[in-house]
Amino acid sequence: MEATIEVTGLRKRFGPQQALDGLTFSVLPGQVTGFVGPNGAGKSTTMRVILGLDAADEGTALIGGRPYASLRAPLTHVGALLDAGALQPSRSARNHLLWLAHSQGLPAKRADEAIEQAGLDAVARRKAGGYSLGMRQRLGIAAALLGDPPILMMDEPFNGMDPEGIVWMRGFLRALAAQGRAVLVSSHLMSELEDTASHLVVIGRGRVVADASVAEMIARASGDRVQIRTAAAADAMTALANAGATVAATAPDQLTIQGLSTERAIAALNGSAVPFSEVSAHRASLEAAYMELTRDDVEFRAVTPS
Amino acid sequence: MTAIAPYRCAARRANDGFGRLLHAEWTKFRTVRGWVVAILLAPLLIVAVAFLQRSECGIGNPLPNGTTFNSACPASPIGPGGEAVTDSFYFAHQAVSGNGSITARITSLTGVYPAHGGHMAAAANPLAGYQPGVQPWAKAGIMISASTAQGSAYAAMLVTGTHGTRMQWDYTGDAAGRPGAASATAPRWLRITRSGDTVLGYDSPDGTHWTLVKTVSVPGLPATAQVGLFTTSPSYQVIKTSFGGSSGTGGQTLATGRFDNVRVAWAGAGTTWTGTSVGAQGTGPAGVRSGPPGPDPFKGKFTQAAGAYTVSGAGDIAPDVPEAADGNGMSAQNALIGTVVGLIAVIIVAALFMTAEYRRGLVRLTFAASPRRGRVLAAKAVVIGLVTFVAGLAGAVIALPLGIRQLRDGGNYVLPMSALTEARMLAGVAAVLAVAAVLALALGTLARRGVTAVTVVIVVIFLPFLLGTLQGLLPLGAQEWLLRLTPAAAFAVIQVVPAYHQVLAPYSAANGYFPLSWWAGFGVLCLWAAGALTAAAYLLRRRDV
Repeated sequence: MEATIEVTGLRKRFGPQQALDGLTFSVLPGQVTGFVGPNGAGKSTTMRVILGLDAADEGTALIGGRPYASLRAPLTHVGALLDAGALQPSRSARNHLLWLAHSQGLPAKRADEAIEQAGLDAVARRKAGGYSLGMRQRLGIAAALLGDPPILMMDEPFNGMDPEGIVWMRGFLRALAAQGRAVLVSSHLMSELEDTASHLVVIGRGRVVADASVAEMIARASGDRVQIRTAAAADAMTALANAGATVAATAPDQLTIQGLSTERAIAALNGSAVPFSEVSAHRASLEAAYMELTRDDVEFRAVTPS
Repeated sequence: MTAIAPYRCAARRANDGFGRLLHAEWTKFRTVRGWVVAILLAPLLIVAVAFLQRSECGIGNPLPNGTTFNSACPASPIGPGGEAVTDSFYFAHQAVSGNGSITARITSLTGVYPAHGGHMAAAANPLAGYQPGVQPWAKAGIMISASTAQGSAYAAMLVTGTHGTRMQWDYTGDAAGRPGAASATAPRWLRITRSGDTVLGYDSPDGTHWTLVKTVSVPGLPATAQVGLFTTSPSYQVIKTSFGGSSGTGGQTLATGRFDNVRVAWAGAGTTWTGTSVGAQGTGPAGVRSGPPGPDPFKGKFTQAAGAYTVSGAGDIAPDVPEAADGNGMSAQNALIGTVVGLIAVIIVAALFMTAEYRRGLVRLTFAASPRRGRVLAAKAVVIGLVTFVAGLAGAVIALPLGIRQLRDGGNYVLPMSALTEARMLAGVAAVLAVAAVLALALGTLARRGVTAVTVVIVVIFLPFLLGTLQGLLPLGAQEWLLRLTPAAAFAVIQVVPAYHQVLAPYSAANGYFPLSWWAGFGVLCLWAAGALTAAAYLLRRRDV
């Protein structure tokens, strides 16, 4: 079976709210795919639909070409961490993994191996109710790894983790992808995925807003804009406009232009003998790109007091 | 970037069976200590209630020094079927051998009873305060009996106070013949014919046209048996029931039957009759009377003049029915009444076994691991059902003998039961708890929230039992319908003695009589469980989790 998730035309309505509105994307093996969008964009709903927990009104979600519900021992195909709090508090981590292993027909030693992989050895026999959120995340990851699945899906795995844990998690996710697994990681914060994901699916209001590699996304957000610093802003604007650029003054001594490459902008300025101190290609941060993409799709926006 | 080969799972996979779901659910159950403790609580509660059986029975005998000596309630005679019986009547009889028949005409059955109840015999006139009136199940007729010892095998054709002519045999058998009472203008002819172990009973309005009432097998009859005329009259009882208790009035009654045209067609038959007061009522099991000096009318008598016979007697020939006026024993089912207390623990755990998963979203992991949700529900049902069955069986096996011992220590006579009945009670308690647990699990699945689920299972399973069995809490009819329609019907599995229509007794659940038989009552519970499971499985498949 191929280690892919293919989501096609998913629609789902909760009462008056269209949670998923024609969602289509694929998750491929060998890379971490970031699944980002504001809170309420439909990330968790999508993951529940992929796992067959919620039924979509329309569309399909396939695991290696098959619907999740048709998988026998599904945890050996897809490992998922949806909610780290989904535990019986009086059950120990080991027993939690033990029943899961039994449900997949896996031997008990898989539970011990998963505990080791997630770094839970020290607390494995303590009641899970006493775990910190970070420990619960690790237990959720152990559960996802239990069946040694080729596909992993994690909903907000960085939540509640300390900085050390976040660093560990990033390396861990990259290592899993490097083994050839397909890894889908959701987050509402792009910065968490910055050094982890190589591909991004950005959603807002149940729709895919962008589906591209991280490099493509940064390039697209940066556009072909060029920033120019000059003391003679008025002359520069004339010269650049004549050369065919769209010019905007972004500061008293700064212009941002579009429609000319860096080289042609320099040539135009030199041709009109306009002095300038700096010409640079504008490079957007991933965060800025994300903000740009999802500006219209934020469900709950705080009103900034003036 | 180098192409990365898609990851292949290396973990070993077992076959895809229901067994691994059972294994998973069993692991879930046993790893939550609170659930294990609560399930173990169920048998402990059943045993504890059996231990607390404090019902006492005794007969106060005045001693010469003015104090009272309490002796335990006496045992009842045992009938040919192994059941305890009431066997007191007056019998005018003779011994006959082999096959033959006896015929008699009965021209009246009259009686007296203590109208104002609570009659205590006065030495001078034991019948003072008695009024004329025949009891509905007073009996006069002809009988073939193995002997005059109590509990003998027999078959009889008889006329009753208000239930017409009947054939009765071996205490529990009863078949209706011609309706109506016997009188001088409408006498009843009765005939019994023996052929080996088979006895045929006939009745006739005129002595020429005979109707076969029933052919019965009485294997306990020896070659030489006693045949003759008998009369008896059960004690009279009026029960007033109010919330929390009941009060009864009544006392012994006496009936007199008049016979003529008596013909015994048997080898060795003669014209000499012997009168025997079988189970002499004067000091018999009803026992509240301290035997008065002089002739005791309740012992019965027999007179014969010019082919006419008068036989009077008191008592009953019937099964020993707890709570009946002539009933003497205590049912062993009292030892298992703690089942209802254990039930509370069981149904709460069973409901939480499902709702705990909903409370914390664990159910998503469960259904992600096993997308076929109906099978998960089935596995949970099997696990909670089996665990409860074992716990319930352990509780019942300890509680029954313990409770019986406690009842006996209190002076009670505990009615005997067959090994089969005992096995049915023990397995029944375990099965009722197990199926109730499955019902609670299904209701928990429907409700999803723990508080709602616990409320629902208490209201659906436990409350109807309470409302149906607490004396006077609801009208008797309403109580009976509750115990026919709700899961509480299943408690009939612990009932030892069935209700006999030929014995008057306050047959109510408060007294241990359920309106449905044990298998029908258990069937009602199973239907509830099956219905709730079906609804739960349907909703599980349809709902998002």
